[in-house]
Amino acid sequence: MDNREFQFVMLGFMAAWIIVVVYVVTIVMRERKLRRELDRVRRMVEAPGKRAER
Amino acid sequence: MRDKLLYLLAAVAAVLLTWNIYKIFMVLPAEANVAAYKIVYFHVPAAITAFCGFFVALGASALFLATGNLKYDAFAAGVTEVALAFATVNLVTGSIWGRFAWGIWWTWDARLTSMLTCWLMYAGYMMLRRAIEEPTQRARLSAVLSIFGCVNVAFVYKSIEWYRTQHPSPVLSIRNGGGMGPGMEAPIYWNWLALACLATVLIMIRMRQEQVSREIDSLRREAHAF
Repeated sequence: MDNREFQFVMLGFMAAWIIVVVYVVTIVMRERKLRRELDRVRRMVEAPGKRAER
Repeated sequence: MRDKLLYLLAAVAAVLLTWNIYKIFMVLPAEANVAAYKIVYFHVPAAITAFCGFFVALGASALFLATGNLKYDAFAAGVTEVALAFATVNLVTGSIWGRFAWGIWWTWDARLTSMLTCWLMYAGYMMLRRAIEEPTQRARLSAVLSIFGCVNVAFVYKSIEWYRTQHPSPVLSIRNGGGMGPGMEAPIYWNWLALACLATVLIMIRMRQEQVSREIDSLRREAHAF
Protein backbone atom coordinates (compact mmCIF):
# COMPACT_ATOMS: atom_id res chain seq x y z
CA MET A 1 0.00 0.00 0.00
CA ASP A 2 1.60 3.29 -1.02
CA ASN A 3 1.51 6.40 1.11
CA ARG A 4 -1.40 8.02 -0.76
CA GLU A 5 -3.55 4.90 -0.50
CA PHE A 6 -2.73 4.54 3.18
CA GLN A 7 -3.83 8.15 3.77
CA PHE A 8 -7.18 7.51 2.08
CA VAL A 9 -7.79 4.27 4.00
CA MET A 10 -6.96 6.00 7.28
CA LEU A 11 -9.14 8.99 6.34
CA GLY A 12 -12.04 6.63 5.57
CA PHE A 13 -11.71 4.68 8.82
CA MET A 14 -11.22 7.82 10.90
CA ALA A 15 -14.26 9.49 9.33
CA ALA A 16 -16.40 6.41 10.08
CA TRP A 17 -15.24 6.26 13.69
CA ILE A 18 -15.51 10.01 14.29
CA ILE A 19 -19.16 9.96 13.13
CA VAL A 20 -19.97 7.00 15.41
CA VAL A 21 -18.13 8.53 18.39
CA VAL A 22 -19.79 11.94 17.92
CA TYR A 23 -23.19 10.23 17.82
CA VAL A 24 -22.43 8.19 20.96
CA VAL A 25 -21.29 11.39 22.75
CA THR A 26 -24.57 13.14 21.82
CA ILE A 27 -26.53 10.14 23.18
CA VAL A 28 -24.54 10.23 26.45
CA MET A 29 -25.09 14.00 26.79
CA ARG A 30 -28.81 13.57 26.13
CA GLU A 31 -28.94 10.82 28.79
CA ARG A 32 -27.37 13.16 31.37
CA LYS A 33 -29.72 16.00 30.42
CA LEU A 34 -32.75 13.68 30.75
CA ARG A 35 -31.59 12.39 34.18
CA ARG A 36 -31.16 15.99 35.42
CA GLU A 37 -34.58 16.92 34.06
CA LEU A 38 -36.15 13.84 35.69
CA ASP A 39 -34.64 14.77 39.09
CA ARG A 40 -35.85 18.37 38.71
CA VAL A 41 -39.41 17.34 37.81
CA ARG A 42 -39.48 14.75 40.62
CA ARG A 43 -38.51 17.45 43.13
CA MET A 44 -41.15 19.73 41.61
CA VAL A 45 -43.83 17.03 42.12
CA GLU A 46 -42.67 16.16 45.65
CA ALA A 47 -42.54 19.81 46.82
CA PRO A 48 -46.34 20.52 46.84
CA GLY A 49 -46.94 17.18 48.57
CA LYS A 50 -44.52 18.09 51.35
CA ARG A 51 -46.09 21.54 51.67
CA ALA A 52 -49.54 19.91 52.05
CA GLU A 53 -48.20 17.55 54.75
CA ARG A 54 -46.97 20.55 56.77
CA MET B 1 -31.54 -8.27 32.61
CA ARG B 2 -31.82 -5.51 29.99
CA ASP B 3 -28.60 -3.89 31.22
CA LYS B 4 -26.78 -7.24 31.12
CA LEU B 5 -27.88 -7.78 27.52
CA LEU B 6 -26.75 -4.25 26.67
CA TYR B 7 -23.27 -4.82 28.15
CA LEU B 8 -23.03 -8.24 26.49
CA LEU B 9 -23.89 -6.83 23.06
CA ALA B 10 -21.46 -3.93 23.55
CA ALA B 11 -18.70 -6.41 24.47
CA VAL B 12 -19.47 -8.59 21.43
CA ALA B 13 -19.40 -5.49 19.18
CA ALA B 14 -16.06 -4.34 20.66
CA VAL B 15 -14.43 -7.77 20.26
CA LEU B 16 -15.74 -8.20 16.70
CA LEU B 17 -14.68 -4.70 15.64
CA THR B 18 -11.18 -5.15 17.08
CA TRP B 19 -10.82 -8.52 15.37
CA ASN B 20 -12.15 -7.15 12.07
CA ILE B 21 -9.81 -4.14 12.10
CA TYR B 22 -6.89 -6.48 12.73
CA LYS B 23 -8.00 -8.70 9.87
CA ILE B 24 -8.67 -5.84 7.44
CA PHE B 25 -5.30 -4.17 8.03
CA MET B 26 -3.01 -7.11 8.80
CA VAL B 27 -4.42 -10.19 7.03
CA LEU B 28 -6.18 -9.00 3.87
CA PRO B 29 -3.81 -8.36 0.97
CA ALA B 30 -2.91 -4.75 0.21
CA GLU B 31 -3.28 -5.01 -3.55
CA ALA B 32 -1.23 -2.55 -5.54
CA ASN B 33 -3.10 0.63 -6.50
CA VAL B 34 -6.42 -0.66 -5.16
CA ALA B 35 -5.62 -1.07 -1.45
CA ALA B 36 -8.04 1.76 -0.68
CA TYR B 37 -10.78 -0.82 -1.34
CA LYS B 38 -10.46 -1.53 2.40
CA ILE B 39 -12.74 1.49 3.01
CA VAL B 40 -15.49 -0.76 1.59
CA TYR B 41 -15.28 -2.87 4.78
CA PHE B 42 -16.95 0.00 6.62
CA HIS B 43 -18.83 1.60 3.72
CA VAL B 44 -20.93 -1.49 2.85
CA PRO B 45 -21.70 -2.76 6.41
CA ALA B 46 -22.74 0.78 7.39
CA ALA B 47 -25.18 0.84 4.43
CA ILE B 48 -26.61 -2.61 5.29
CA THR B 49 -27.04 -1.56 8.95
CA ALA B 50 -28.76 1.67 7.91
CA PHE B 51 -31.09 -0.09 5.46
CA CYS B 52 -32.01 -2.78 8.02
CA GLY B 53 -32.75 0.02 10.51
CA PHE B 54 -34.97 1.88 8.04
CA PHE B 55 -36.93 -1.33 7.35
CA VAL B 56 -37.32 -2.08 11.07
CA ALA B 57 -38.56 1.51 11.50
CA LEU B 58 -41.04 0.89 8.66
CA GLY B 59 -42.41 -2.13 10.56
CA ALA B 60 -42.65 -0.19 13.83
CA SER B 61 -44.33 2.76 12.06
CA ALA B 62 -46.89 0.45 10.43
CA LEU B 63 -47.55 -1.15 13.83
CA PHE B 64 -48.12 2.30 15.33
CA LEU B 65 -50.60 3.20 12.58
CA ALA B 66 -52.39 -0.13 13.13
CA THR B 67 -52.50 -0.06 16.95
CA GLY B 68 -52.03 3.58 17.99
CA ASN B 69 -49.53 2.45 20.65
CA LEU B 70 -46.92 5.20 21.14
CA LYS B 71 -44.28 2.65 22.17
CA TYR B 72 -43.98 1.61 18.52
CA ASP B 73 -43.53 5.25 17.54
CA ALA B 74 -40.75 5.67 20.12
CA PHE B 75 -39.07 2.52 18.80
CA ALA B 76 -39.32 3.73 15.18
CA ALA B 77 -37.81 7.10 16.16
CA GLY B 78 -34.89 5.45 18.00
CA VAL B 79 -34.15 3.00 15.19
CA THR B 80 -34.37 5.72 12.51
CA GLU B 81 -31.97 7.99 14.39
CA VAL B 82 -29.36 5.22 14.75
CA ALA B 83 -29.85 4.13 11.11
CA LEU B 84 -29.37 7.74 10.00
CA ALA B 85 -26.01 7.85 11.82
CA PHE B 86 -24.88 4.75 9.89
CA ALA B 87 -26.23 6.20 6.62
CA THR B 88 -23.98 9.22 7.31
CA VAL B 89 -21.00 6.87 7.76
CA ASN B 90 -21.91 5.26 4.42
CA LEU B 91 -22.13 8.57 2.55
CA VAL B 92 -18.93 10.02 4.00
CA THR B 93 -16.78 6.89 3.54
CA GLY B 94 -18.18 6.51 0.01
CA SER B 95 -17.19 10.07 -0.79
CA ILE B 96 -13.64 9.45 0.48
CA TRP B 97 -13.38 6.27 -1.59
CA GLY B 98 -14.72 8.17 -4.63
CA ARG B 99 -12.02 10.82 -4.21
CA PHE B 100 -9.38 8.08 -4.32
CA ALA B 101 -10.90 5.92 -7.08
CA TRP B 102 -12.51 8.52 -9.36
CA GLY B 103 -10.63 11.66 -8.35
CA ILE B 104 -13.84 13.41 -7.26
CA TRP B 105 -15.57 13.73 -3.88
CA TRP B 106 -19.05 13.61 -5.37
CA THR B 107 -20.95 12.98 -8.59
CA TRP B 108 -24.67 13.08 -9.30
CA ASP B 109 -24.86 9.41 -10.23
CA ALA B 110 -27.99 7.33 -9.58
CA ARG B 111 -26.74 5.54 -6.46
CA LEU B 112 -25.12 8.52 -4.79
CA THR B 113 -28.01 10.87 -5.53
CA SER B 114 -30.68 8.40 -4.38
CA MET B 115 -28.73 7.69 -1.17
CA LEU B 116 -28.38 11.42 -0.50
CA THR B 117 -32.14 11.85 -1.10
CA CYS B 118 -32.77 8.98 1.31
CA TRP B 119 -30.51 10.59 3.93
CA LEU B 120 -32.27 13.96 3.49
CA MET B 121 -35.67 12.29 3.84
CA TYR B 122 -34.77 10.65 7.15
CA ALA B 123 -33.05 13.83 8.36
CA GLY B 124 -36.39 15.49 7.56
CA TYR B 125 -38.09 12.78 9.64
CA MET B 126 -35.94 13.74 12.66
CA MET B 127 -36.66 17.45 12.12
CA LEU B 128 -40.39 16.77 11.76
CA ARG B 129 -40.36 15.04 15.16
CA ARG B 130 -38.79 18.09 16.77
CA ALA B 131 -41.23 20.47 15.09
CA ILE B 132 -44.48 18.85 16.33
CA GLU B 133 -45.23 18.88 20.06
CA GLU B 134 -48.48 16.94 20.18
CA PRO B 135 -47.36 13.26 20.57
CA THR B 136 -50.13 11.52 18.59
CA GLN B 137 -49.98 13.88 15.64
CA ARG B 138 -46.18 13.72 15.67
CA ALA B 139 -46.28 9.92 15.70
CA ARG B 140 -48.84 9.69 12.87
CA LEU B 141 -47.02 12.06 10.51
CA SER B 142 -43.63 10.50 11.32
CA ALA B 143 -44.99 7.01 10.63
CA VAL B 144 -46.30 8.07 7.21
CA LEU B 145 -42.96 9.69 6.34
CA SER B 146 -41.09 6.58 7.50
CA ILE B 147 -43.20 4.39 5.21
CA PHE B 148 -42.62 6.71 2.23
CA GLY B 149 -38.91 6.83 3.07
CA CYS B 150 -38.63 3.08 2.79
CA VAL B 151 -39.75 3.16 -0.83
CA ASN B 152 -36.66 5.30 -1.42
CA VAL B 153 -34.50 2.75 0.45
CA ALA B 154 -35.66 0.02 -1.96
CA PHE B 155 -34.81 2.33 -4.88
CA VAL B 156 -31.31 3.00 -3.48
CA TYR B 157 -30.76 -0.76 -3.12
CA LYS B 158 -31.78 -1.53 -6.72
CA SER B 159 -30.27 1.60 -8.33
CA ILE B 160 -26.89 -0.04 -9.07
CA GLU B 161 -28.67 -2.77 -11.02
CA TRP B 162 -31.06 -0.46 -12.87
CA TYR B 163 -28.60 2.30 -13.80
CA ARG B 164 -25.06 1.75 -14.99
CA THR B 165 -23.52 5.04 -13.90
CA GLN B 166 -20.42 5.90 -11.87
CA HIS B 167 -21.01 3.69 -8.82
CA PRO B 168 -19.75 0.08 -9.24
CA SER B 169 -22.35 -2.58 -9.98
CA PRO B 170 -23.07 -5.24 -7.29
CA VAL B 171 -19.88 -6.95 -6.14
CA LEU B 172 -21.08 -9.20 -3.32
CA SER B 173 -21.87 -12.78 -4.34
CA ILE B 174 -25.20 -12.69 -2.45
CA ARG B 175 -26.30 -10.06 -4.99
CA ASN B 176 -25.05 -12.13 -7.92
CA GLY B 177 -21.98 -9.95 -8.21
CA GLY B 178 -18.56 -11.18 -9.23
CA GLY B 179 -17.44 -11.67 -5.62
CA MET B 180 -14.31 -10.26 -4.04
CA GLY B 181 -11.94 -13.17 -4.12
CA PRO B 182 -11.46 -15.96 -1.58
CA GLY B 183 -11.68 -14.83 2.03
CA MET B 184 -12.19 -11.17 1.15
CA GLU B 185 -15.96 -11.05 1.30
CA ALA B 186 -16.42 -12.62 4.76
CA PRO B 187 -14.97 -9.63 6.71
CA ILE B 188 -17.75 -7.46 5.23
CA TYR B 189 -20.38 -9.70 6.86
CA TRP B 190 -18.43 -9.92 10.13
CA ASN B 191 -18.13 -6.14 10.21
CA TRP B 192 -21.85 -5.86 9.51
CA LEU B 193 -22.51 -8.16 12.48
CA ALA B 194 -20.31 -5.94 14.67
CA LEU B 195 -22.08 -2.77 13.49
CA ALA B 196 -25.47 -4.46 13.97
CA CYS B 197 -24.54 -5.27 17.60
CA LEU B 198 -23.39 -1.66 18.10
CA ALA B 199 -26.59 -0.34 16.50
CA THR B 200 -28.70 -2.60 18.77
CA VAL B 201 -26.89 -1.23 21.85
CA LEU B 202 -27.50 2.35 20.69
CA ILE B 203 -31.17 1.59 19.95
CA MET B 204 -31.61 0.07 23.43
CA ILE B 205 -30.10 3.19 25.01
CA ARG B 206 -32.40 5.39 22.89
CA MET B 207 -35.39 3.28 24.02
CA ARG B 208 -34.43 3.86 27.65
CA GLN B 209 -34.19 7.58 26.97
CA GLU B 210 -37.65 7.58 25.39
CA GLN B 211 -38.94 5.82 28.52
CA VAL B 212 -37.36 8.51 30.74
CA SER B 213 -38.88 11.20 28.48
CA ARG B 214 -42.34 9.68 28.90
CA GLU B 215 -41.79 9.54 32.69
CA ILE B 216 -40.82 13.23 32.69
CA ASP B 217 -43.95 14.10 30.68
CA SER B 218 -46.23 12.19 33.05
CA LEU B 219 -44.56 13.79 36.12
CA ARG B 220 -45.02 17.22 34.53
CA ARG B 221 -48.72 16.53 34.02
CA GLU B 222 -48.90 15.41 37.66
CA ALA B 223 -47.14 18.61 38.76
CA HIS B 224 -49.60 20.77 36.81
CA ALA B 225 -52.51 18.91 38.43
CA PHE B 226 -51.56 20.24 41.90
